Order: sequence, then C-alpha cells, then structure tokens
Amino acid sequence: MSILVLAEHDNTGLKEATLTTITAASQIGGDIDVLIAGDQCAGAAEAAAKISGVSRVRVADNACYKGLLAENTAALVVSLSSEYSHIMAPATTNGKNILPRVAASLDVSAFSDIIGVVSADTFKRTIYAGNAIATVQSEDTIKVITVRGTAFSLAEQNGSASIGAVTEAHDLGLSTFAGESVAKSDRVELTSAGIVISGGRGMQNSENFSMLEKVASKLGAAVGASRAAVDAGFVPNDMQVGQTGKIVAPDLYIAVGISGAIQHLAGMKDSKVIVAINKDPDAPIFQVADYGLVDDLFDAVPQLEQAL
Amino acid sequence: MKILVMVKRVTDPNVIIRVNAENTSVDLNNVKMAINPFCEIAMEEAVRLKEAGIATEIIAMSIGPAQAQDQLRTALAMGADRGLLVESEESLEPLTVAKLTAKVVEEEQIGLVLLGKQSIDTDNSQTGQMLSAILGWSQGTFASKVDIVDNTLNLTREVDSGLQSLTLTLPSVVTCDLRLNEPRFASLPNIMKAKRKPLVIKPAADYGVDLTSKIKTLKVESPNTRQSGEIVGSVAALLDKLKTEKGVI
Repeated sequence: MSILVLAEHDNTGLKEATLTTITAASQIGGDIDVLIAGDQCAGAAEAAAKISGVSRVRVADNACYKGLLAENTAALVVSLSSEYSHIMAPATTNGKNILPRVAASLDVSAFSDIIGVVSADTFKRTIYAGNAIATVQSEDTIKVITVRGTAFSLAEQNGSASIGAVTEAHDLGLSTFAGESVAKSDRVELTSAGIVISGGRGMQNSENFSMLEKVASKLGAAVGASRAAVDAGFVPNDMQVGQTGKIVAPDLYIAVGISGAIQHLAGMKDSKVIVAINKDPDAPIFQVADYGLVDDLFDAVPQLEQAL
Repeated sequence: MKILVMVKRVTDPNVIIRVNAENTSVDLNNVKMAINPFCEIAMEEAVRLKEAGIATEIIAMSIGPAQAQDQLRTALAMGADRGLLVESEESLEPLTVAKLTAKVVEEEQIGLVLLGKQSIDTDNSQTGQMLSAILGWSQGTFASKVDIVDNTLNLTREVDSGLQSLTLTLPSVVTCDLRLNEPRFASLPNIMKAKRKPLVIKPAADYGVDLTSKIKTLKVESPNTRQSGEIVGSVAALLDKLKTEKGVI
C-alpha cells in the first residue's frame, strides 16, 4: 500500500491540516508521499520533508497551480495516481474542491471528512450534522479521502524525506486564478486555535464583534461566528463555525449570543470545554455547555474583558 | 443558455435526526422533508440569471424518490420552466448522481449547471466536482458571486482564508454557498402556476448508468452526547471555574 497526501500549504510553509492528514494516513499504513502543488512552493516542500513518516515529497511547482485550481491540480493528482492505493487531503476548501474531481476522473467514489480510520478500506464519518456516525467501506481499488483535522493529532516533524520534482505541467486552460482577498489578521487560525470565541445573531451587528476581538486579544484566541451571524452579514464566511463552515475543537470554546442550532453544534461540540453566554435560559446551547452564564452579552462580555 | 439546477430532497435542517434501533441507518419515519437549503440558493441564482437575460431556460432536476416531486414543484414555483425527476427509491451515491446528471446535461445541451455546495443530510460536498470532472468542464465551488460576461464566468469563491476570484470558461458547473443570494419565497400565484408547469418523471435505470453503490455502510451509530454542565452566577465565577477546575485559561 502507498498513500499520496495532497498538502495544504501557503507556498512557504505547511498548514496544520497537512499534519493531521499525515496522522490519518499513518493509521492506514504503508508508504506516505506528500504532494506539494503550487507556484513558488519550495519552502513548503522543505517543511513537508521534515514530517515524520513521510517517504517522499513530490513538488509540482508551476504557475498553473497558483491558487490550486481544481481542474489543473486534479489532473496532476490523477497523473500520479497509478502508484497509489489511497489519495488523501485535508477536508479544507482546497481538499473538498479537488479530491472529488480526482475521484470521478478515476471513476471511484470518495469519502469526505473522515473522523476515523477503521482499516485500510473502512472509515468513519459524520452524517446529518454530526447526529450520526457512519462506518463506511470502499470497494474501489483507489480510495480517495478527505480528513477532518480535529479528529486526528498532529504528526511529528523530525523526518527527512527525499524531495523530487514533478515537472509535467497540467494546464487545462479551463480556469484562471484572478486574485484573492485574504482576511488580514494577527490572530491564530480558527481551526488551529486553542481558544475560540464565537458570536451569533445576538451580536446584533458587525461593529459589536469588536467586543469579542478584545477578549480574543487577551486570551490569544481566534474569533468565530455562527451561520446566523454570517447569514445576517455581520461577518465574512471564513469565520463560520458549523456543519457548513469550519469544524473546530479547541480546548476552550466560548459561544456568545449563539442559540445553539444543530448546524452550529456540528462544528464545535468536540471542543474540550464549552462556555455559553446567552440571555435566553432556554437556549439549546446550554445543553452542551460545561458552563453557562445567563446574562445579557452586552454586560457580560465587557466584564469578561475587564477581568482578564 | 440553458441552465440545469439540481435540487435535492433532504430532511428539514431544523429536525434532529436519530439513529435507528438496528444501527443500520437513521430513522426517517415521519421526519419533515424539505429542499436542501443550498439547492434553494442555486435555484435563486438561476432565476436571477434568467431575469438578467443570460439564461434562456431553467430546468430543475432531482434524483430521488417519487416524493421529490414536492421539491421540484417548489423549484418550479421559484421560477424554473420545467422539472425532471430521475426516480430512484434507493439512495444513490454522489458519483452515480453525477453520472446520471451528465447524461441529462448531454441530452438537454446544458450550458451551466448550478447546485448546492453540499447537502445537509449526507454532508459529502462531492456531486458538483464529480459532475464537472465527468463532463471535462470548469468548476466553481462554494460560489459567493457569479458574474457572466460574454462567454466568461467571473466567480468569487468562499475559501478558508477569505475569498478567491476565478475566471472560468463556459460551460461550467457552479456549486453555491450561503452568501451568493437570498432565495425568494414563492408567491401564491406562482405556486398555483407551478402546478401546471411540465414535470417529467423518468426511472434512473433508463439512463444506462450502473446504479450499484461502491460504498457499503456497515454501521450507523449515535455520537457521544455531551452532558450539560452548570450555570454560573457571574463572570467572576465563570473565570474562576475556567482557571481552577479546567485550567484552560
């Protein structure tokens, strides 16, 4: 068996999601190769070579992989696929965009967002917003899998894999990268933060999120939001925690003005400690919270910030 | 340009789903069903493209049981011109759904397929990407803005780090995210009109696609449930608990 892991990176370094995917791959067993696709991505390749348990790093460094365009990147992965029994990627927006395209190109099914490895062909994943966990088995010769980062630990980084270039460029000409607007923040990333403080519809508007920002600064936390807050236009979608946003599992999750809809719980209920601040004592969020504070958030949050 | 919108019948997003007693599946008896929320966004986008004079015809398609006609009628009431139900009592996996849809795309000479970014029941987020691969088309997933000028699709995508802009060739497959638009409510006259719009039903078996699943579900279990904790009286009490009992701050 051998496994190809499509890495999540920013050209200069790796994202944590790559390290958790490597852990999932090592639970399957066999040789693990990492594919770094990107434009000017040598730095990421060097970082990948240090991951423990990795045999080879394969680098496809070409302008046609800028922004990891799904069509070109999938074609690249498919061109390498005959050497592998498993093709894996983190369940990030890149992984979710590219891997199903790889699977269909190979005429195999795909497994999205797995949370457990049972054996080389059997995996666990959540369905119905985390209200059920399915154990699913693949009959395909190549297994194509995306991995939920919160379900696996980080791989260690004391390896020394070889680095080799994949020179053939797969520019299909179907799409071009036209730019990106990246949320500038000094904060830790939502999916790797030890503490997350999230706001919901109760925040009332975009400006009030600055209250959460202040608390986050003191705690070294990331700021998230419920789907309702994104839907209402208070904050951008990249802050969304939930079934249709990001899945987080920090040591401490503070839910502020969030009622606790099923779809939000799906994204945070594996957090170690959950705190809920809501003025409605019947809000469902209190049913999953370790500590609940029934109070007006506009009183409680400034108090919290002062006390830290 | 003809637009195909894929519409899935799913459990109502507000219903808590339980695992059945046999641990083989979830219990869907008497559970309220609805159109998948992201499919509604796809449908709305199609109607806007028709209102802007870019789309000539909107075909709403669902692959599912006979009852999925309800969701297709909703799509017709929102503004689809006709409906197609590819009927299958068995739940089909995304690859099969994509293969069936590719057949319809070829038959109907579709120029753009719009669908939701994921269905809220199986949470796969695969069908659009797979369809695009099978057709050899461009793909724009998690779209928050769709702009068609001449024969080019300028697309903004919701990605983990923010927003990404792409220029895509047409034809294309676009999967729709939350902020793309706010779906309209169908008016009563439009709901009445929708009842008379054409809705064709064809068995999935008629398309010459192998419908057998390559994914076996061995078991379905309930997740560990969290116990609700305690209500604290003040911010000071809360901080004390977090520091001394849990040591998380």
